[in-house]
Amino acid sequence: MDNNSAAYWKATLSLLTKILVIWFVVSFGAGIIFKPALDSISLGGYPLGFWFAHQGSIYIFIACIFYYARKMGEIDRKFDVHED
Amino acid sequence: MDLQTLTYLVVGASFALYVGIAYWARAGSTSDFYVAGGGVHPVTNGMATAADWMSAASFISMAGLIANMGYGGGLFLMGWTGGYVLLAMLLAPYLRKFGKFTVPQFIGDRFYSKTASTVAVVCLLTASITYVIGQMTGVGVAFSRFLGVSNAVGIYVGMGIVFVYAVFGGMKGITYTQVAQYIVLIFAYVIPAVFISFQLTGNPLPQLGLGSTMSGTEVSLLDKLNLVVSDLGFSEYTSSVPGSYLNMFVYTASLMIGTAGLPHVIIRFFTVPKVADARYSAGWALVFIAILYTTAPAVGAMAKLNLHATVNSAVGLETDANGKLVVNPATVNANPDLYAPEASLAYENRPDWMKRWEQTGLLKWEDKNGDGRIQYYNDRTANADAKARAEAAGWNGNELSVNADIIVLANPEIALLPNWVIALVAAGGIAAALSTAAGLLLAISSAVSHDLIKNVIKPDISEKNELLAGKLSMVAAILLAGYLGLNPPGFAAGTVALAFGIAASSLFPAIMMGIFSKKMNKEGAVAGMLAGLVVTCFYVFAHKGLFFVQGTEFTHLIGGPNSFFGIVPEAFGAIGALVNFAVAFTVDKFTKEPPEHIQQLVEDVRVPRGAKAVHGAH
Repeated sequence: MDNNSAAYWKATLSLLTKILVIWFVVSFGAGIIFKPALDSISLGGYPLGFWFAHQGSIYIFIACIFYYARKMGEIDRKFDVHED
Repeated sequence: MDLQTLTYLVVGASFALYVGIAYWARAGSTSDFYVAGGGVHPVTNGMATAADWMSAASFISMAGLIANMGYGGGLFLMGWTGGYVLLAMLLAPYLRKFGKFTVPQFIGDRFYSKTASTVAVVCLLTASITYVIGQMTGVGVAFSRFLGVSNAVGIYVGMGIVFVYAVFGGMKGITYTQVAQYIVLIFAYVIPAVFISFQLTGNPLPQLGLGSTMSGTEVSLLDKLNLVVSDLGFSEYTSSVPGSYLNMFVYTASLMIGTAGLPHVIIRFFTVPKVADARYSAGWALVFIAILYTTAPAVGAMAKLNLHATVNSAVGLETDANGKLVVNPATVNANPDLYAPEASLAYENRPDWMKRWEQTGLLKWEDKNGDGRIQYYNDRTANADAKARAEAAGWNGNELSVNADIIVLANPEIALLPNWVIALVAAGGIAAALSTAAGLLLAISSAVSHDLIKNVIKPDISEKNELLAGKLSMVAAILLAGYLGLNPPGFAAGTVALAFGIAASSLFPAIMMGIFSKKMNKEGAVAGMLAGLVVTCFYVFAHKGLFFVQGTEFTHLIGGPNSFFGIVPEAFGAIGALVNFAVAFTVDKFTKEPPEHIQQLVEDVRVPRGAKAVHGAH
């Protein structure tokens, strides 16, 4: 049981890490740090870096949360700790 | 029907709806009162959370802020949405599993310490009360601008409405009115944006319109806006940075962490039936928030272009036979001289909406060069070319001052939308303020009745009496909020920085460590919270005065304004959070680890199985 809960927690943390990396890259990365460089690319009438700061990061945040919720559900069932 | 009557009707109908819901959703138990009985559907909760979160400031002021800040305004957009990723993954599901009524209760139980929960209560009350002042003044502003009554009358009416559903319905009444308020506010926000996007770009979706070309031309809207504002000496729209990229980075981080740590948002996730629901519900909340937050940058940019075009015909919009602002493709393509004498709008020809907003004082014109025309440009520009051209044209200083709030409030009038849209915007602004105020008031009253009365002063209180205590605390909180709204302390504007700073530097790290660090003990948590709080308050007070008292600023002690790597005080919460973590782990290392049953509690909080509907019994 202890082994199982340790493995469950490890799987959870590894999922969190993956998503937090994406969360960081699209906002702080593409929207701020690499914004000037990305602006030379355009997305329709948007400079790409500007688009990430004003639009894109928000869409990806939403995707991150739903992906997290779905994956956590799978992890819960795999380790048999899901709710009924 | 005239605009005033129509506005009264629409706002009145929205109030009748809220009161009707309040009657239907009365609270019969403490569980109803604190967590709406724990049976709220995750999508419903997502919608209520969106209304809870989007305040008068989000609705009325944010697009204007973005219009002024350009690219830099992205810090609000990313900061106030990115926090939901943290909330969804790091806090909400675990706090839901813990299954109690309040945030301080988690901190108190997890750190087995009344001191810890008391510090948390103090942080919660400070953050929520400072935040609620802004909502009450927002209610007053919305009333006075749209309904022509005084601020005070607006606040009394707002207090009355909140009283009906928050006191009798508690979280249950608040949840379902917030759903109704979300629907009102989102239509009020999006409809004018769709009209304006369509007028300027032919694309009805503002999110796509902002990235499109202007109707009948190959010129992208953002390129045109960049060109116009830079020519007039403002900084380029898509690349103006607030201070420095570092400041923007830290500011964004502070808003994200603060968002995740604000108690009135966290407690919304106690209302869903299961842990899995809490995860999805955060996603739904962000979907509903994103509808407004991805529209706002379009509203900001388009309204800014509209405003420039209204007072300067060389921008390339003109008024058609119906009085609507439409794109003139030939002018847009030709880029005529913005400084040409006849390009500036003659004051006597100004449109009606400018006359109306002049009366409120939010829009002012002063004819500095005596030519009877309106010159709107940046007279303090560092751009030598713009300066020289303005001088050559005989411009004698910027003549138009525009309050940022006009961007949203006057938007439907600028685009000449039908009166019912204007009335709807009024109802939307009031809905945004009321829904956030109610959420904050519940966080305040539950901290008083549950964390102070039930857990500290009178632990043997019966459920019936605790419910009564909750309702009485709500009454007191509404009276306090109303008083502060009527007599806003001079510092009111600066205090939202403090709310986010406190949530980010004290509450968020404490909750997160409570879940993710099994060995974190009470000494570490309390020291961390206090350190984060003190450091953040110190930096904020240095800039804004000790407890916001004017004249007690002490920036000289910290080496001048923004001395910490150019970071503004509003952005300091993330630094406070780092201090909190560092102090907590250091103190934790030198003190003894938490007892076995607490470590077991952490193990238990981490897995979803066994979650029960939230209830109050220990």
